[in-house]
Amino acid sequence: MSNETTLNIEPDANAAIKAECRNFGFYYGDFQALKDINMPLYDKKVTALIGPSGCGKSTLLRSFNRMHDLYPGNRYQGEIVMQPDNTNLLAREVDPIEVRMRISMVFQKPNPFPKSIFENVAYSLRVRGLTNKSELADRVQHSLKGAALWDEVKHRLNDLGANLSGGQQQRLCIARALAADPEIILFDEPTSALDPIATASIEELITELKEKVTILIVTHNMQQAARISDFTAYMYIGELIEFGVTDQVFIKPKNKQTEDYITGRFG
Amino acid sequence: MTPQDLQAIRNIIARAKRWDAFFGVLGILALMVGVLTFMTLFVDMAIQGMGRIDVGFFTNFPSRHAGQAGILSAWVGTVLVMIVTGLAAVPLGVAAGVYLEEYAPKHWVTDLIEINITNLAGVPSIVYGLLALGLFVYQFGLGQSILSAGLTLALLILPVVIVATREAIRSIPQIIREGSYACGATNWQTVRDHILPYSSAGILTGVIIGMARAIGETAPIITIGALTFIAFLPPLPFAGEPPAGLFDWLFAPFTVMPIQMFNWTSRPEAAFQANAAAAGFILVLMTLAMNGAAIWLRYRLRKNITW
Repeated sequence: MSNETTLNIEPDANAAIKAECRNFGFYYGDFQALKDINMPLYDKKVTALIGPSGCGKSTLLRSFNRMHDLYPGNRYQGEIVMQPDNTNLLAREVDPIEVRMRISMVFQKPNPFPKSIFENVAYSLRVRGLTNKSELADRVQHSLKGAALWDEVKHRLNDLGANLSGGQQQRLCIARALAADPEIILFDEPTSALDPIATASIEELITELKEKVTILIVTHNMQQAARISDFTAYMYIGELIEFGVTDQVFIKPKNKQTEDYITGRFG
Repeated sequence: MTPQDLQAIRNIIARAKRWDAFFGVLGILALMVGVLTFMTLFVDMAIQGMGRIDVGFFTNFPSRHAGQAGILSAWVGTVLVMIVTGLAAVPLGVAAGVYLEEYAPKHWVTDLIEINITNLAGVPSIVYGLLALGLFVYQFGLGQSILSAGLTLALLILPVVIVATREAIRSIPQIIREGSYACGATNWQTVRDHILPYSSAGILTGVIIGMARAIGETAPIITIGALTFIAFLPPLPFAGEPPAGLFDWLFAPFTVMPIQMFNWTSRPEAAFQANAAAAGFILVLMTLAMNGAAIWLRYRLRKNITW
């Protein structure tokens, strides 16, 4: 297998780069889960990570907000550089909390806190020291509107988040991720626990969100990647095999392996 | 399948099911040993002591005359000691439990501490009494006081509180923690805003179960030198001789319910046996009330916690 990533980018697709993995690697203890990944994230675009189970796509996603720092024995290699300030997110002197304040995350299974709908969204703001009630209320409302949930919950903001349906819970988590104006939002298979209707509404939401924010999404669902992403990265056993404009990757994959996976010949 | 085959299968099932029934009966018997013994004891104490339980029993000090003796100093002592125990054990135990679960790096030192804590729970209570006698009573000069007793019992139930705290914290799904960290929360913000509120039901239950154990402890209290006959109450705040303070009662001599019981049972007169039974009955009721409170609190606090 070649270690060279196949790039599949048309010249006119060059938007501004928001973040970039440079020779990025990751270890769980002695086990190298990701190898030499070089990949750009384009500003205000949706980039999808696809690949068979265990290929490292979630591991890569969780490196962007240094989630791996929560567990002992994990180690990063190389850099993930964020623009416009050219900060290496993985640098020792960069606090992971600072990284998480710039890059928020939506998880695979909706994980609202056992608090009210209002407090769930407000939490991102409270950890930033915001206490002013009217400002909190304004920003919670704004985030819930941004997550297309406001009309459904505006009369029951004090209800528990857990009383919402699965799709609503996931949109609540998106509102929580949106509340603090992140620069990038990470989505880790956000619809895998949802029914098709809820999935459609989340996909529509992601398409709307990219006007304001850069999105990186892990998905198992090839059609989903094709529907919502601008760029697609195909990974296999810890390596980035092909990266390119989604249409190109799906219609004319340059790498034989990518083609096999996308056409369902393996995976 | 022929009718004979079917019959054979049915026979096999019937034979196998005999063991189901056998274990069912065995289990009920095993259960009954515990439940019936407690019920018998409780009812026996109630019958023996019931005649002695009236208002005077709660408002009288002990006396040489069985009929006039009461448990005033004992129940007041027990309540005050329990307050000190709770106030000391809860912050220490919860802080230690939170630290071990949420802060401590996982390596052999923390493993060693874990094993130690589990073993502490098995140390005989008299050993705590000896430790307290040397440390609190003499070394720290706290005397044979309510404070010394409360701190001793706090040490005794500390492992219970720590273990309960850790178990309650462990039942919080990792994805909730990750959700908090992903919002940009610090370790302490996650503990304060999520870990403690969501585990409070389990922690409280553990605390109350620990206190229910402490309330009946006699040996360590005798070891530190609680009096067996005491005919006065600890001073109310600011009530003693000037300069009386808010916390004078902490340093007062005292007795507690189990010691009062022990004192009465060791008397030869039969009338005092009735007093002991009555005091025992009240003590069991206090314990049951605490356990009841634990169940109620757990229900109340868990109502709004769903993942």
